[in-house]
Amino acid sequence: MALTLDRVTLDLGGRRVLTDASAAFAAGRITVILGANGAGKTSLLRAAAGLIAPSAGKVAIDGRAIATMRRDERARSIGYLPQSGDVAWNMPARDVVALGRLPHHASAADDIAAVLAAMAATDSEQFAERRVGELSGGERARVLLARVLAGEPQWLLADEPLASLDPAHQFDLLERLRGQAARGVGVVVVLHDLVQAARVADEIVMLRNGRVFASGPPEEVLTQQHLRDAFGVDVLLFPDGEGRMLPVPAGRAGSA
Amino acid sequence: MNRALRLGLLVLLTAALFALSLMAGKQWIPLDAWFGHDPRWAIIAELRIPRAVLGVLLGAALGLSGAVLQGYLRNPLADPTVIGVSSCAALGAVASIVLGFGAGWLGQFGWAMAGAGGAMALLAMLTARAQTPVVFVLAGTVLASLAGALTAFLISIAPNPYAIAEAIDWLMGALTDRGPDDVVMAAPFIGAGVLVMLFTGPGLDALALGEDAARSLGANLGRLRWQVVIGTGLAVGAGVAVTGVVGFVGLVVPHLLRPVFGAKPSALLVPSALGGAALTLAADSLCRLAPGAGEVRLGVAMALIGAPFFLALLFREGARQWR
Repeated sequence: MALTLDRVTLDLGGRRVLTDASAAFAAGRITVILGANGAGKTSLLRAAAGLIAPSAGKVAIDGRAIATMRRDERARSIGYLPQSGDVAWNMPARDVVALGRLPHHASAADDIAAVLAAMAATDSEQFAERRVGELSGGERARVLLARVLAGEPQWLLADEPLASLDPAHQFDLLERLRGQAARGVGVVVVLHDLVQAARVADEIVMLRNGRVFASGPPEEVLTQQHLRDAFGVDVLLFPDGEGRMLPVPAGRAGSA
Repeated sequence: MNRALRLGLLVLLTAALFALSLMAGKQWIPLDAWFGHDPRWAIIAELRIPRAVLGVLLGAALGLSGAVLQGYLRNPLADPTVIGVSSCAALGAVASIVLGFGAGWLGQFGWAMAGAGGAMALLAMLTARAQTPVVFVLAGTVLASLAGALTAFLISIAPNPYAIAEAIDWLMGALTDRGPDDVVMAAPFIGAGVLVMLFTGPGLDALALGEDAARSLGANLGRLRWQVVIGTGLAVGAGVAVTGVVGFVGLVVPHLLRPVFGAKPSALLVPSALGGAALTLAADSLCRLAPGAGEVRLGVAMALIGAPFFLALLFREGARQWR
């Protein structure tokens, strides 16, 4: 199964944010979207989730355009975790997770089972009754991920889920995304941290000025030249002992 | 205590306040006069039942609108006054009083509804392109200011003091002297508005997570906006058209009920309609029981009852509900 963007061009507020962007995300794999600020990462993710309609091009699941899907059908298929972890009302964590069931129109028993499973998968059952405003950043991130998982999506799209998490919680969250991919879910995640991207990604899509600049497995995409071109930084590559090369920014390009 | 039981208790409270509203007045009419051939039955049948029914309709419209608007705008400060519908309905009614067109109650109702309808149409047009609640509340606030200014202008050019007095009296809002005709005029509009608003629950719940997350959960935000505009416009417009401007209910009722029914927007809709009706009935009864020859205005009584509850809630809960 594949979620594909085929030559997607996107204009927002009169400005072109994506140009001719093509990418294919595979089920059971983690694809990381990388790029400098303003490169179009969030726009690509939102277009892939069907939240904004491209001006040209097509977003499709196994060849079927998501624009032709019913809203509920698309929502059951694609789970989207926005960057802002904002919850307007101070509801108990369990109620927030249950919002993930909205597109399902299922029986109460099915909903409860899915909510419990999602909270178990994110290890958040112990604060089910606590209000979201009273949770720590790490606990809140788990609850919001559980909200998406409760919808049992085939595709999980997450926009910078590591922002505002300390390293231990970052590892924890990436491990849970890895677990989802192992269950066959196609995971697409926007990241800023190059090291975490190199660690977790099966595939990388690198953007530059709204265009797909490089894509493929991390060892092919995360080269010093690519990173200098896309981010304007020089990187040092360190082996992690598991055969991966981790890129660590050493300074702005040319400053050394 | 589960939700059904709490809801049942709220229904009982509303029913009890409805009964109180039939008994309370300058002439206290006890329960035993309701049976047999007591001549005071005429007061109940012709004056108090229509007034109490109107109180229920108005309170339900305002309470539910408050809950819907707070959910839609994701803002605990929202109430029916922020979208300008009340102000525009008031502008229509004051125009009818001051300029003298559409004489009589039906004309005034028609002009107030035209004002509310105009506000709804303008709001829908202004917000049709930008589908975000922020534009909605900005447009509504500006509309409310404009309608307020035009109302003040009309009062200042009123041809005689009687028209000024009548306009100001109407603006203060009351259920005094309202009869079966008012109920018949307002009920279909309020009923339709309430019905439309009761279907906003899932969309409002999804919106608690922000607009992108709501869309990703399948919420149709364009349709939701129409439901909010039409629902609150019809219900609040018709309510204001027969009773004048009654504030406070829409703002306070959802806050009073959040600790009891939870903060999830959909869980507050039916309770807010009931709670709005209960608060309005209680306040209207207080209006009639207050000493003195005249009646205290409904808005005043509403604040006297609601504000202490609200302040106590603030002291007890702190910012817990809204954090």
